Amino acid sequence: MSHAPQLTGAPVVRREARDKVTGTARYAAEHTPPGTLYAWPVPATIAAGRVTAVRAVDALAVPGVHTVLTHDNAPSLAEPDDPILAVLQSDRVPHHGWPIALVVADSPEAARTGAGRLLVEYESDEHDVTLTEDHPGLYTPEEANGGFPAVRRRGDFERSFAAAPVQVDATYRLLSLHNHPMEPHAATAWWEDGHLTVHDSSQGSNAVRKSLARVFDLDPAHITVVSEHVGGGFGSKGTTRPQAILAAMAARHTGHPVKLVFPRAQLAEVVGHRAPTIQRVRLGADLDGALQALSQEVVTQTSTIKEFVEQAAVPARTMYGSPDSTTTHRVTALDVPSPSWMRAPGEASGMYALESAMDELASALGMDPVELRLRNDPATEPDSDRPFSSRGLAACLREGAQRFGWHGRDPRPAARQEGRWLLGTGVASATYPVLVSRSSARAHAAADGTFRIEVNATDIGTGARTVLAQIAASALATDVESVDVRIGSTDLPTAPLAGGSSGTASWGWAVHKAATALAGHLADHRGLLPAEGFTATGDTEEETAAESPYARHAFGAHFAETAVDSVTGEVRVRRLLGVYAAGKILNDRTARSQFIGGMVMGIGMALTEGSAIDPVFGDFTAKDLAAYHVPVHADALDIQAHWIDEDDRHLNPMGSKGIGEIGIVGTAAAIGNAVRHATGARLRELPLTPDRLLPYLV
Amino acid sequence: MKPFGYQRPTTTAEAVRLCAEGTGARFLGGGTNLVDLMKLGVEEPGLLIDVTKLPLDRVAPAPDGGLRIGATVRNSDLAAHPDVRRDYPVLTQALLAGASGQLRNTATTGGNLLQRTRCSYFQDVSKPCNKRLPGSGCPAREGSHRDLAILGHSAECVATNPSDMAVALAALDATVVLLGPEGERTVPVTEFHRLPGENPDQDTVIRPGELITEVVLPPPAPGTVSRYRKARDRASYAFALVSVAATLQVAGGRVERATLAFGGVAHRPWRARRAEAELLGAPATPAAFQHALIAELAEAQPLRDNAFKVDLVRRVAQDVLGELSDPHGPEAGPTI
Repeated sequence: MSHAPQLTGAPVVRREARDKVTGTARYAAEHTPPGTLYAWPVPATIAAGRVTAVRAVDALAVPGVHTVLTHDNAPSLAEPDDPILAVLQSDRVPHHGWPIALVVADSPEAARTGAGRLLVEYESDEHDVTLTEDHPGLYTPEEANGGFPAVRRRGDFERSFAAAPVQVDATYRLLSLHNHPMEPHAATAWWEDGHLTVHDSSQGSNAVRKSLARVFDLDPAHITVVSEHVGGGFGSKGTTRPQAILAAMAARHTGHPVKLVFPRAQLAEVVGHRAPTIQRVRLGADLDGALQALSQEVVTQTSTIKEFVEQAAVPARTMYGSPDSTTTHRVTALDVPSPSWMRAPGEASGMYALESAMDELASALGMDPVELRLRNDPATEPDSDRPFSSRGLAACLREGAQRFGWHGRDPRPAARQEGRWLLGTGVASATYPVLVSRSSARAHAAADGTFRIEVNATDIGTGARTVLAQIAASALATDVESVDVRIGSTDLPTAPLAGGSSGTASWGWAVHKAATALAGHLADHRGLLPAEGFTATGDTEEETAAESPYARHAFGAHFAETAVDSVTGEVRVRRLLGVYAAGKILNDRTARSQFIGGMVMGIGMALTEGSAIDPVFGDFTAKDLAAYHVPVHADALDIQAHWIDEDDRHLNPMGSKGIGEIGIVGTAAAIGNAVRHATGARLRELPLTPDRLLPYLV
Repeated sequence: MKPFGYQRPTTTAEAVRLCAEGTGARFLGGGTNLVDLMKLGVEEPGLLIDVTKLPLDRVAPAPDGGLRIGATVRNSDLAAHPDVRRDYPVLTQALLAGASGQLRNTATTGGNLLQRTRCSYFQDVSKPCNKRLPGSGCPAREGSHRDLAILGHSAECVATNPSDMAVALAALDATVVLLGPEGERTVPVTEFHRLPGENPDQDTVIRPGELITEVVLPPPAPGTVSRYRKARDRASYAFALVSVAATLQVAGGRVERATLAFGGVAHRPWRARRAEAELLGAPATPAAFQHALIAELAEAQPLRDNAFKVDLVRRVAQDVLGELSDPHGPEAGPTI
């Protein structure tokens, strides 16, 4: 494997930053071809049953309304790759919010008004939307999300746990969480001479094209999907979502371009969510703090149309050495919207439970929680026994402790007060796997000495264009300004989605390969370039197919200082500090921004976010951003992200690990542990809102 | 959203006349709540009468030493007004505790008083709600009600009034001036908002066609200190779980005068008259404050998931009274 020289991680400013802040960057709903119609989806208002009638007379009478599509008259689709895309194909209502009709009109206002005039009749079935740890429908699936085995056992956990002199047995509960990107899921679609073009708010337009090709039975060559700028996704745009299908369907039916923007109030039920989990963690240790037994048993929910199992017990298979271990997932299918990926699926929820339990163990042992983690840092991956390509957890913990001022910490809970505020500090580890997928890319040298890189990468706000320019410039030994980067369209060389913190590794590898090949051509060439320049391509099929003999993960450590209002129970995170070991950092500025973004999202998970389902109606009760509380600026005070340099030769030519998700992973546990230190209250559910804290305050 | 007419009169008389003539007319201030409700289909006015060009955008001294606040004065401007900051700090604090900077720049004094509950059932037209559709039922009583009322609710409605500003105005004994087809009248803020009873569709005692023209504050009571405190689910930009507005005058260690209003606990700003009566003449001590508050909250009827509010509002109120009675105590504020 060759290595890119002199890739310094320079803090290059995002290329499209100016376009974004000046409003010239176009998002999916900001394309309006002549004759565009507007579609308004109509969500089911029952949680289970079927639609018996849709009376559209009043809706069609609204001036400007063209069409009302329902399962009775919508174009028939081939079976999709994802059941959530089988929209308007049958009368069945699998959950509240399922799209049951689409009103298409001259204006969004008319479409919305028409939707309000639609009379829908249902036959309701009994529904069940409440997850419990002893739900009769619980079963053990084959796999959890990501293809991980649902169950792994090593040794004899029960015997070892029973024999351990120090034990922790605790159950943690997390509610559903919503991705809620700032840009809602939106698509603009039109058909022209048999060719379908869709501007879609997606983390990966190749997958969208594939879904469209399948349901409309088209050659992918007859479809273009563009995702030029995307206003966040956090996993919810990582798979094809109904807006692309519905817009294309309505465009075919009406013969007009159709634009569809899911309103915020409908979003939570159609774009996936982090499934709620109930996690029992048992840790048995000897008196020196060495883990002898580790068990994490996850109970979660999926929908009745799709099995998605939040892989919350998976990170425990990597984190700490323990001779005896059990990690399991069980799931039950409820009449709820389908859960899906949300930033660090599995790790964010699973590490909340595991790292809270580690803190409980440290308390039980009377041991410093940093020290406890260091003592259980394994030499090889516990589950696979493979060597780590690099494992920087201990370095992150040590550096973080140093920077945070952890040393000399008084371990006593509820022992520090400053005016009305109870103060505490907490720590938690973080991990995220190194993922990479096959990608292709094209590199072109123009006669004027500039370069063009083409790859269907997606920039979801992370700076993908910028870092790909840096990778190419490095391989071409040129400056970044000379490199034009074209991404965000299926007309470009095929590339995987921006997800799994794998985008830069996957696209960058192909870009590096193409650019390196191009540099070779240029080196061999004498004299002026031909007028058409030179082009080289790179495809990483072979490299990414090879199974690594190494366990490859990023690691991190989070340190939090919290202040709890002793009167109200309101929690503030005064300081949050993360240190990461994530291979080579390719752009200091954009990397820091991603780490910090993940940490802020972790503050939300810890303190403000949590979505309940109304048992009577079967919907998420929080329908907007006034009710679903993401952190605001006032919640994000002193946040620092640092990293340690890793020289890991077993990754990719850039030496990078993913950084998009690890920032959220340990944050909630670190904050929860700090709240425990501040108040003495060991809360095993999130978010830590005042009602949960109050019973523990004097 | 259904099509609607739009008028922007320049005199209050014209505004009232337009309202009387139009069917389904609504006055439009900053639109920060009404427009949202129109998008949700909760409000479907036939005519919007934009009041922001009316000559009601001034804050001016009243002859009796109080303050007259025009109905279209923006929340930001009112919070920043030097007379308000000096003489009625509880009002500035309440305004700044509400919404976001952008919303406060737009929201008006009159509109703030008329904002509607954020009960999730009220805002979802696919569900029953007695406030939105009288007689359809109240799912909140058994459903999602963590944020809803603990005091003064009825079988028909457990909604809360979301305003911060109104809580401070209630503690300040402000008066609302209304102009309608039959002339002008005044209503104390404490009587302006209703309890739900059997008619939860009526938030206030405002009569059809009446326009809020002013809010009048009485002269500041000498020697009185005041404070607003709000507890919420995030550090900013969240409605109150509970809030407390208090004014207090202590002499010789005894309470000479106290007004106390709670937000986030009832269908209207909850003026704690019982506690005030208990406090009058009582020693300004934590024990006496606690005693008065427990007496006030004896009538609380929490629902399944909001009993924490009883404890929370007592704690906040006790803390605010404690701070106000201690001239050397720490300043209130959002600092941590």
